[in-house]
This record gives sequence, structure tokens and C-alpha cells, in this order.
Amino acid sequence: MKTRWKISPYIYILPALVLLVSFRMLPIVMSFVISFFEWTLHGTGGFIGISNYQKLINDPEFWQSMMNTVWLVIFVVPASLIFSLIFAVLLNQIKALRGLFRTVYFLPFVTSMVAVSIVWKIIFNEQTGLANQFLNVIGISPQKWLAEARGIFDIFFSGFGIHLPNWMGGPSQALFAIIIMTVWKSLGYNTIIYLAGLQNIAKDYYEAAEIDGAGKFKQFFKITLPLVSPTTFYVLMMTTIVTFQAFSQVYLMTNKGGPLGTTNLIVYYIFTKGFDTHEMGYASAAALMLFAVILGLTVIQKRLEKHVNY
Amino acid sequence: MGNNIRKIFIYLALIACGIFMVVPFVWMISTSLMSQAEFNKGESVFIPKENYDIIRNTAPEQRIIVVKVIGDTTLVHYLNENGRITREYVKITTKSIKHIYKPISIHWENFSKAFKKVPFARYFANTLFVSFLSLFGVLITSAFAAFAFARMEFKGRDMLFLLFISMVMVPEPIYLISSYVLLDKLHWLDTYRGLIIPWCVNVFTVFLFRQHFKSLPKELFDAAAIDGCSTMGMLRRIVLPLSKPVIATASVFSLIGSWNSFMWPLVMTDSPEKRLLQVGLSYFNAEASAQTTLLMAASTFSIVPILILFFLAQKQIIESTAKTGLKD
Repeated sequence: MKTRWKISPYIYILPALVLLVSFRMLPIVMSFVISFFEWTLHGTGGFIGISNYQKLINDPEFWQSMMNTVWLVIFVVPASLIFSLIFAVLLNQIKALRGLFRTVYFLPFVTSMVAVSIVWKIIFNEQTGLANQFLNVIGISPQKWLAEARGIFDIFFSGFGIHLPNWMGGPSQALFAIIIMTVWKSLGYNTIIYLAGLQNIAKDYYEAAEIDGAGKFKQFFKITLPLVSPTTFYVLMMTTIVTFQAFSQVYLMTNKGGPLGTTNLIVYYIFTKGFDTHEMGYASAAALMLFAVILGLTVIQKRLEKHVNY
Repeated sequence: MGNNIRKIFIYLALIACGIFMVVPFVWMISTSLMSQAEFNKGESVFIPKENYDIIRNTAPEQRIIVVKVIGDTTLVHYLNENGRITREYVKITTKSIKHIYKPISIHWENFSKAFKKVPFARYFANTLFVSFLSLFGVLITSAFAAFAFARMEFKGRDMLFLLFISMVMVPEPIYLISSYVLLDKLHWLDTYRGLIIPWCVNVFTVFLFRQHFKSLPKELFDAAAIDGCSTMGMLRRIVLPLSKPVIATASVFSLIGSWNSFMWPLVMTDSPEKRLLQVGLSYFNAEASAQTTLLMAASTFSIVPILILFFLAQKQIIESTAKTGLKD
């Protein structure tokens, strides 16, 4: 039977392989090549070695967008993981209406980033947005949200009369608004993954703990958390990679990464360099830097996983 | 007893989270049905109401717009039936304020207004066309590749599969710039080809199909081989009929993905007649940023098809999402 399938397997794989090589692998290699050229929208301006990279590491705008992206990841990933684990643990304890809650939580994940970005932009509208109306109800003064360049730590502590130096100000309130909507968008997917992970834990552990008199909290920290850790690593990795690629929120909710560039994220930076100022070589260099960061993080997380996994 | 209280708290917490998740959608829909003037006042939050108030205790009901409240008198405009101001700045007392109510009014015309400003029907048709053609491509290329990976033995199979899988890890923004250069060289910029063909391959679908094809009993294929059935025949007569659920799942994911795709069509197309829905929506967002209610109507319109698809296939979508998480 093996002899009959000598050539045909390759023919079967060919269509997918050709597309994959032409439209994924080739562009990745091309990015690498282009990054060493001065490349405009429709052609090359010549080989310039590592100039693009040198220019990149000396560009404060690049570092600002990297820093903003790191803030986004630092806030979104833990918040999303913690909330989705809590949702999943709660969901796992009920039977009635579980399907309904699951559906409701999953809703933001399937809807388009463009549409929900528009909705959240209007939610954070200074005058009539829902966010300020909600703050009004709980007795907090209205915020400028997407128009506020001041850091959230700065805003918080100035409420107590403490003035923080600039570098301690944290992400701007505008970026914080983006953080909130990004967490909201990612919760549903992570909750579903966590719920599946929780359902894989054998009931016996909990029964044994119950007999030993361990409380619910102790059970959570001693059984659930360690046994769900493979899922945690998967969710951690996925959320980190996806959050590093955030683009549409900034494109739709902010005025070109403003105010004062505090919501300019790395992918938006790449996009503007490539398609606004047409510095394709330079933008490719930035894209490869992002790739290096994502690849590095993936490797670190894989290493860590081996140490912690049960 | 204690258990019941715990259950109540769990449900309360879940409901609170649920509200956080759906409130943006509810607000989107309610705002899409509100008049712009009413929205700008910021008074009605979830229920679309009239721009004016009505005083009930007068013999013919009086339509008013409250301008300002000073102490126990209120400055109002009186309106006639056409909504025109008849008397400016009339003071009324708090006594009549008690009889003021705001009628509910649904402004469906926001949708038709948004449609008049932007050719959303065209964008909608473009998106359907591109989504279904790339779905067709994805199903064909994935089915063949997955069948070879799952059911055939050949040199370099595992290496090739690894190569496929490794492509999942590369995010779209990394190759966006160079893809533009590539499509430019191919003269595929601003064409439907450029929107469809590069997305006729999907590694996730190959992976999904391969898992499923592997789970089919080996005996079926052996028996078919003895009967002289060709590999194509096996694919058509055995694999396809047994793979309907997994094909449906992959189709739903692919459709959601291409319906929502934004960066690629934004960069690769230019002319308005080739615009996809998400790109059209983003242009509308830039042009009509003050017309909040129309923007919300357009957003609602763009979400509805995906919501329908989601509600029809939600069990499959959620369950296969859960599975992909466990496979890692």
C-alpha cells in the first residue's frame, strides 16, 4: 500500500504548501531583506546595511511605542488571566444557566475589533460616554479618558496631594482606556479555555481535600491553581502574543496614537512608518524587532513551563 | 443552607460579570436607535427617548425642551408639533416639573441615514464574496494537506508538518509590510485576488482536519483500498461524509476570521468599490466621528451577521475553542 502513495502525498500538500511558502514564508524572508534597504512604497533606494536598525534604536518614538506596548501587556495579561480564571472557577460550580453565561462571555471575542473599538471610543467620550456616566453614579468626577495624556499613577496620587515625577506616572489614562477594552475583548476566549482546563481536573482531589477538611480557598490554591497551570501557560502565551499585536484599537479609538503619542503601540508605529511616511525598509526593521521580542518571550515561557508544569 | 448562600453569591458575581460583558452591546444598540440631539444631551442612557419633554398636566400636552434649571424655576423652550421652537426661555415652576415625562422614541432612520452616507450594501457584498471564496480555498487546500499528513506515509512528512505548524506563531503585522511589496510586484494590490488568494490557506484548519482524519478507523481505508478505491475516491466517499461536523466548525471559524479581518484589506485595497465592511466602517468612523448615533447604527449592522452565525453555531464554536486550548 505504501508504494501506491509515492508521489501523490506531495501533490496533496502542494496547494497549501505553495500558498504558505509564497504568502507567509517568502514575506518573512523579504522583511529581513527589505530591512537592510532604503525602501519606498514602490521600489528600492539602495542597500544601506544596518542603518535602519541604527536609526530605529535612536528613535524616541519607537521606544515610546515599545514602552506603551509593554504597559499594555503588563496590565492586560494579568488582568485577563485573573478575571478569566475567576469567571471559569465560578462557572464550573454551577449547572443551571452555565451555557448562557458562557455565550455571553464569549460574545466580545467573536465580534469585530473595528466595531467594538468604535463602541468603546464612544463609551469613553468625555461628555456623554457611558464610562463617565457610570463614574457619575458612583460619585467620581468625570475623566478625560482618551484625551488624557497624564499617567494613571500620577492622576491617582495627585488625588492625595502627592506629585509623582514624570517617569513614575505610568501609562496614560488614554492608554488605560485601551487597556480596559482590550481586557474586555480577551476575557471570553480565556474563560472558555480555562473552563475546559478546570473540567480536566479529577473530582477525586477535591473530595479527598474535603475529607481532610480543607476550605474552598485552600482547595483553590493547593489543587486548582497547580493543576490548571498547563492551561495558564497556554493562555499566558496566547494573550501575550495577541496583545503585542494590538492595532485596531489605536487606529480607531485614538487620534493617531495620541494624546502626545501615549497610545502609540508598536504595530501602529510599524503601520504609520510603512503606509503614512512610506519608509518600508525602516518599518520592516521595526517589525522584525517586534518579531524578536515575541519569539524571545515564547522561548522564555516555554522554558519556564518545563520547570513549573505538573 | 451555607451552600445555598454560596450559590447565590456565585450567581450574583456571574451576573455582574455578564453585565460588564454585554453592556457595550446593549448601549451600542440603544444609541443606534436614538436621535443625535438626545444623545448629545446625555440624559437617556439605555432607552432611546424623544429630544423633548412633555408637560402632562396642561390641557393640550405641552412639548418643551429644558434649557437650564435655576433654583426652583426652570428655563424651557416650548415646541410646536413639528418640533420647532415657538416660545423661547419660558420659566416654569417646580410644580409642573413633577408632571414632565419623556416619551420613548425609536429612530430606525439612523440605519437608513448611515446607509445613505456610505455604501454599506456594497461593502457587505464584497465581504461576503471574499469570505466565501477564501473559505472555499481554505477547505480545499486544508482537506488535501491534512489527508496527506494524517493518512499517508512519505519522506519528510513530519518535517513538513512542523513547518506548517510553525507558521501559526508568526503574527500578521510581521509580514504585512513585505506582503504589500510582494503584492505590488505581483500587481495584486487593490484587487480581489490580493484579498482572497493569500488567505486560501489556514494552518489551524489543516491541524483541525488532520486531528479528525487521524481519528477515523483505519479499517475503512484498508477495505476501500482492497476494493480498488483511489485516494481521491477515499477522500470523497469516506472522509468527506464522516467529516461534516469538523468542516462546519472550520467553516465557521474561517468565516468569522475573514469577516472581521481588518489590517490586510485596509492596507491592500484603495478604491472604495473594493472596500470590505470593516475597512468601510473604519473610514466612516473617521468621517462621521460626531454622528455618534449613525456610527453605532453602522457598527450594529456590521456585527449582526456574525452574531447570527455565532448564535446558530455557538455550541460548536465554544467547544472547539476549548479543545484547541487543551491540545497544546
